[in-house]
Amino acid sequence: MSVLLQTEPNNNALIAPTSLESQPVQMRAGGGLGAYLRKVRAIADKDMRAEIRAKEVFSTMTVFSVLAVIIFGMAFDLRVAFPTTVVPGVLWAVILFTGVLGLNRSFGAEVDRGSLAALLLAPVDRSAIYFGKLLANLFFLLATECITLPAILVIFNVNIFQTWILLSLLLGTIGYVTVGTLFAALSASVRARESMLPILLLPVMLPVFMAGTKITGLVLDGRGLNEIQRWLGILVAYDLIFIVVAFLVFDLIWEEI
Amino acid sequence: MSESLIAVSNLYKRYGSKNVLKGINLDVAEGQVMALLGPNGAGKTTLMRIVAGLVKPNRGDVTLGGVSLGKAGTELRRYIGLVSHLPLLYDNLSGWENLSFFARMYDMQAPEQRIEAVLHAVDLWQRRRDAVRTYSRGMLQRLSIARAILHNPPVLLLDEPDTGLDQTSSQMLHDLIRQLGASNRAILLSTHNLDRALEWADSICLLRDGKIAYQAATATLTGVSLRQLYAEAGNA
Amino acid sequence: MSTTTLSQRPLVRTKGWDRAQLVVNLLTAAAMAALMWASLLYAKDAANLAGVEQTAQRIFYIHIGCNVGAVLAFLISLVGSIAYLITRKLDWDRVTQASIEVGTICALGTTLSGSLWAKPTWNTYWTWDPRLTSITITLLIYIAYLLFRNGIDNRQTRARFGSIYALIAFLSVPLTYFSARWFRSIHPVIVNGSNPDAQGGFGVGETMGHTLIVATIAFSLLFCSLMFQRWRQLRLEDRIEEIREEIE
Repeated sequence: MSVLLQTEPNNNALIAPTSLESQPVQMRAGGGLGAYLRKVRAIADKDMRAEIRAKEVFSTMTVFSVLAVIIFGMAFDLRVAFPTTVVPGVLWAVILFTGVLGLNRSFGAEVDRGSLAALLLAPVDRSAIYFGKLLANLFFLLATECITLPAILVIFNVNIFQTWILLSLLLGTIGYVTVGTLFAALSASVRARESMLPILLLPVMLPVFMAGTKITGLVLDGRGLNEIQRWLGILVAYDLIFIVVAFLVFDLIWEEI
Repeated sequence: MSESLIAVSNLYKRYGSKNVLKGINLDVAEGQVMALLGPNGAGKTTLMRIVAGLVKPNRGDVTLGGVSLGKAGTELRRYIGLVSHLPLLYDNLSGWENLSFFARMYDMQAPEQRIEAVLHAVDLWQRRRDAVRTYSRGMLQRLSIARAILHNPPVLLLDEPDTGLDQTSSQMLHDLIRQLGASNRAILLSTHNLDRALEWADSICLLRDGKIAYQAATATLTGVSLRQLYAEAGNA
Repeated sequence: MSTTTLSQRPLVRTKGWDRAQLVVNLLTAAAMAALMWASLLYAKDAANLAGVEQTAQRIFYIHIGCNVGAVLAFLISLVGSIAYLITRKLDWDRVTQASIEVGTICALGTTLSGSLWAKPTWNTYWTWDPRLTSITITLLIYIAYLLFRNGIDNRQTRARFGSIYALIAFLSVPLTYFSARWFRSIHPVIVNGSNPDAQGGFGVGETMGHTLIVATIAFSLLFCSLMFQRWRQLRLEDRIEEIREEIE
C-alpha cells in the first residue's frame, strides 16, 4: 500500500489503515438455498436501485401505457356504446405492449455496457440471475400497472378495481415476465434486439392474453366465480409451467457469450 | 519451480469460419506476471475470455490451480478476476454501490472494510458516492480494477488495463500489479505498450494470428529486441 | 492427404443420400397425382351440402393435407430441438430448421385454404376458432423462429438459442389451443364431432374417407421429401463452411 501512495504525494490524507494483502477476504461458507436467495435479492435490488436513480424504464413504461390508453380511448370513443365491451381488450393489450419496453432494457443494458460478463464471472448460478431479473421486471411492470389502471378508469369510466381482475392481473403479469425475462435474455445479444423481442414474445403470450381479457370481461359482466375459475386455472398453469421450464433451460443460454 | 496456476493446453477456438486461436499452450506460475502481446486480432482477448470461462474453446483445456475449467462448477469462478476493455460496471450506481453489489455476488462477509481498502488502493475513495456515469475514462478503468481484485482472486486477467489511463493512474496500476504479483498470484495481462510489458511483466508471450510466435522471460529482452520481434510478427 | 479425404468422403456419402432422395421424390409425385385424381374425380360430393359450399368443400383435402404437414413439422421440430439441447449434434438443429421451414409453408397453406373455405361456409374469412387460432399462432412462432435465427452469427449459439425458443414457444401452443377452445368455437369437428354449435359440418362418405387417407399419406410424403431435401441442403451449407475454414 505504501508503494502506491508514494506515487500520489497529494493524497497523504487518504492513507488506508491496512494494505490489501493483510486483510484476507472472508467468504460465506457453502452455498445452499440461503446464498442462492441472497444473490437473487442482490440482483433485483441492484436493478431497482439503478432504476430509482435513472428512472429510465419506469418513466418510459408509464408514459407509454397512459398514451396507449388515451389512443384507445379516442379510437373507441364515438363508436362503442358500452366501454365495458372494449375495456378488457384495452387493458391487456396495453400491458402486453408496455411490458416489452421494460423487458428490452433488462438485459439490453447489461449487454451494451458489458456488465453481463461481470455477472457471469461471479460464482452465481445462471438461474439466480434469471430470478433476480424476473423480480425486478415484475416490480417495474406492476408499478406501471398502478398508473395504467387509474388511467383506464378515467378515460373509459369503467371500474376495474375488482378483486378477481386484480388477481388475474397479478397472475398474468407473473406469467408475462416469466417468459419475457427469458426471451429478453435470448434476444439481448441478437441483431435488431428491440424489434425482435415483441415478435418472439407476443405469439407465446396469447393464452395469458385470452385468459386475462376473458376474466376481465366476465367480472365486468357480473358473472360468478364458477365461470372465472377455469381461466384462473389457465393463468396458474401457465405461470407454473414456464417458471419450471425457464429454471431448467436458463443455464443453457449463457454457456458462452 | 513453483506450480503453474494458469495452464492453457492446446487451445483452439473458432468463430464462424474464422480460426481465432490455433493451438495455444501457456503456463503462468504463482507469483508470475505474463504479458500477452500482439497486433489487434491476434487472439489476445479471446484467449483472456476463454481463461475467464466466459467463452468455451472448441478444443483444448484450461486448468486453474490444477482444476479444469471445463469440468469445474461455479465455485471456480471465485478464483478469477477480470479487467476487460469494457468497464463491466453499472453506470447509474455509485462506485461504492457497484463494489458492494459484486461483494454480495461473491458471498463476501462484512465486505465494507475490504471495499474501503480497494477503493483507497485505486484512489477513488473520495468519489465513492458519485454515480459511475460521471467518472472519467481513467477512473472507470481504476474502478474496474478494484472490482476485479475485490474478492482477492489468485488468478488475475487484465485485458489491456492500461488503455485510457493517464500517467498517474498508469503508475498506480503498475505498483498495484507489482504488489499483487509478488504474492501468490498469477497475472495474465495484455497490452499494446511494449515498454510497459517489459517493465511490468516477468515474461512475455507474443501472439500472431492465433498462434504463439515468441515466448521469453523479460530479463532476456531489451526494448529494441522486443520491438524487432513485434515488427516481425506484425509483418509475417 | 487431408485434401483427398475432403473431396472423397462427401462424394461417397452423397450417392446413398441421392438414391434415397430420388425414391422419396418419386413416391411423393405419385401420391400427389393420386390425391389430385381422388379429390377432384373419385370423391363424391358431400351429401348434405349444396351449391358453392359443395364445390368449396373439395378444398378440404388440401386443407387437411397442409395441416398434416404443419403438425408433423411441429412434432419433428420439438423432437429436434430437445435432441439438440441434449446431444449438441448440429444435425438435430438442421432437423429443427428444415422442418420449421417446410412447416411454415404448410401452416400458411392450411390458413389460406381454411380462409378460402370459410368464406362460403361460415360467410367470413376469419374466426377465432381454436384450431385456426393455434395454427396461425404456430405459423407466427415459426416465422419468429426463422427471423430470430437469422439475427445470430455464431453457429452454435444459433442452434442453441433457436432450440430453446422453439421448445418454449411450442409449450405454449396447447395452452393457446385450450384457451381458444373455451373462448368460442364454430369449427366443425369432422371426426368424432360433438360440438353442437359447429357449422358447415358434413358426413364423411366412403369415397371421401378414402380420399382423406390418400391426402394424409400424400402430404406426409410431400413433407418428408421437402424436409429431407432441405435438411441435406443445410448439411451441405455447413460442410462448405467447414471446408472453407480448413482451406484458410
